[in-house]
Amino acid sequence: MISTQRIGRGAYLASCTLIFAFLIAPILVIVPLSFNAEPYFTFTEGMLRLDAEAYSLRWYRQIVENELWTRGLVNSLIIGIASTALATALGTLAALGLSSMPGHRIAMALLISPMVTPVIISAAGMFFFYSTLGLAQTHIGLILSHAALGTPFVVITVTATLSAFDTNLTRAAASLGASPILTFRRVQLPLIAPGVISGALFAFATSFDEVVVVLFMGGIEQRTIPRQMWAGIREQISPTILAVATFLIAFAVLLLLTVEWLRRRAAAPQTD
Amino acid sequence: MNSNTNIKTNTLRPRLRATGLVLPLLAFIAITFIAPLAMMLVHSVYDPTVANALPETLNLLREWDGKSAPDEAVYATAARELLKARQDRSLGRVATRVNRVHPGLRSVFTRSARNLQNVREGPYREVMIGLNSAWGDIQTWYAIRSAGDRFTSRHYLNALDLQPLPDGSIARQPPERRIYLALLWRTFIVSLSITAICLLLGYPIAHLIAHSPPRIANLLLILVLVPFWTSLLVRTTSWIVLLQTQGVINDLLVTIGLIGDDGRLAMIYNMTGTLVAMTHVLLPFMILPLYSIMRAIPPTQMSAAASLGANSFQAFWRVYWPQTLPGVGAGSLLVFILAIGYYITPALVGGSTGQLISNMIAYHMQTSLNWSLAGALGGILLVCVIALYLLYDRIVGIDRMRLG
Repeated sequence: MISTQRIGRGAYLASCTLIFAFLIAPILVIVPLSFNAEPYFTFTEGMLRLDAEAYSLRWYRQIVENELWTRGLVNSLIIGIASTALATALGTLAALGLSSMPGHRIAMALLISPMVTPVIISAAGMFFFYSTLGLAQTHIGLILSHAALGTPFVVITVTATLSAFDTNLTRAAASLGASPILTFRRVQLPLIAPGVISGALFAFATSFDEVVVVLFMGGIEQRTIPRQMWAGIREQISPTILAVATFLIAFAVLLLLTVEWLRRRAAAPQTD
Repeated sequence: MNSNTNIKTNTLRPRLRATGLVLPLLAFIAITFIAPLAMMLVHSVYDPTVANALPETLNLLREWDGKSAPDEAVYATAARELLKARQDRSLGRVATRVNRVHPGLRSVFTRSARNLQNVREGPYREVMIGLNSAWGDIQTWYAIRSAGDRFTSRHYLNALDLQPLPDGSIARQPPERRIYLALLWRTFIVSLSITAICLLLGYPIAHLIAHSPPRIANLLLILVLVPFWTSLLVRTTSWIVLLQTQGVINDLLVTIGLIGDDGRLAMIYNMTGTLVAMTHVLLPFMILPLYSIMRAIPPTQMSAAASLGANSFQAFWRVYWPQTLPGVGAGSLLVFILAIGYYITPALVGGSTGQLISNMIAYHMQTSLNWSLAGALGGILLVCVIALYLLYDRIVGIDRMRLG
């Protein structure tokens, strides 16, 4: 009886290990390969022998030297930062009012819809719409589109932080004579700030990884990092992509750790 | 009376203020997101190209009996309007549009219009039939009349492998043109399989994280969240690197002698590639809702079940599993919704056999330029997603959606 239980426990842990390997290994494998001295996508014998000669930074040098990548980074940052600012401002305001608004269930469903609508449908519609407005192939068009795709994340994270918010605090502030704006700035905002920042990071990550809308609406002047990667994967696949991918993995880990840190801060009781 | 109005204003003012806070975002989403979707849907049923280019021909065709080729007046008007369309460069679009109703007519239109430039006088009926015998075929005129409808259900019928017949009835497309129903079915089956695989892989993982000591649980959760945050394009690239014929896994299998160098496995640019890469992308969406449900189940319940004489399977099946059903429902619905609209991964690693309905929409948007059909396929997909989204709201509640 005990032994079958132990076998079962062992099988369970073994399969969990395999599933974790399935989740993580594909991401980890990219990192060493991006330092490959040869233009291959697989481990050379030299790499396996840990021969220093088999590793190099040539693909990283190529990113810095290639104007397509540097301009892509600039475009990604412009579009990402502008759309995040727009999404965060609108999303935070909406989240503040959402729970006490009449018909908030329908409003919530509408506000979250950009997140679940297949991106190909959003991109096709946006292409038609922004073309008629003359905003296709402009930064403004992409900023507005990406902001629309990013707002659900802000609404969700801020709403989640607000659900833990003690509304007596705003009443207390009001009874002490604070105006609604002062109450928001001095009482609510500091407490929901972790949620706002998490939402902003989610919105930025969404824009920074978005390729389909850029594919449909962006011109040569709006090529972003994901658009350049898409072209690289489809057309002339080169190890430079692995170097960019490694950079993006590092960026993702940074974002993730920041969001987790913020989540803990928001969850921890305020002692000071 | 006075106190009554006081109460009213007391409850009304915060609600008005709340609405005022939400309104800017609602307006923003309505303009930047809902309006584009509406425009795509308009494209799928409304196409004035032919109606604008050949208005008088269409007027005359409305009185045509449809039994034999139309009379001279129709031919003369058509010739005049075709020439005009050629001059203002709309002929190409008109020809493409008619060609979709009746394949083969594009070149009839463009060539005839070019030759009509040199024709000074009628009778146009003989002249046009002389230029191309298709003008003597009543099917050509049916096609023009049908393409002249501003509003049409043709694209939706087409997206369901149906076609309208000249007599107004609806028939199935000829077998060689039936592609979309099979593709919709494939998308459905693939999404269902991916959901099942995600549940199978995600359940034990969520269970392990939920019932580990906090320090280990946090570490394991990070392992789930790293792929969740990593760029989709990066993850797709990883799978290409791992699975391609000269890739890491094939190299490994050859090195350890499991397969010969000439027997390398085709694991990518086909359905296998789509299944593996999509499962990897969607797995965190299954694990996270499962985890948040399982965390709330006290482990003492299982010991209680055991002390009451249940074996571990009974304890799991009768006590644990039923309590996780909300998480199973939330995760499965979310994964399924995301899977049926997936585009990027199948486009990059699906080859020709691993394509889904979204890829067909992209094809009609970018390559065939049949935007109306793209709109109709998008409309069908959108209806499916909205139905599932409402189901999700009913079962789970949209306001209970959490990220990470």
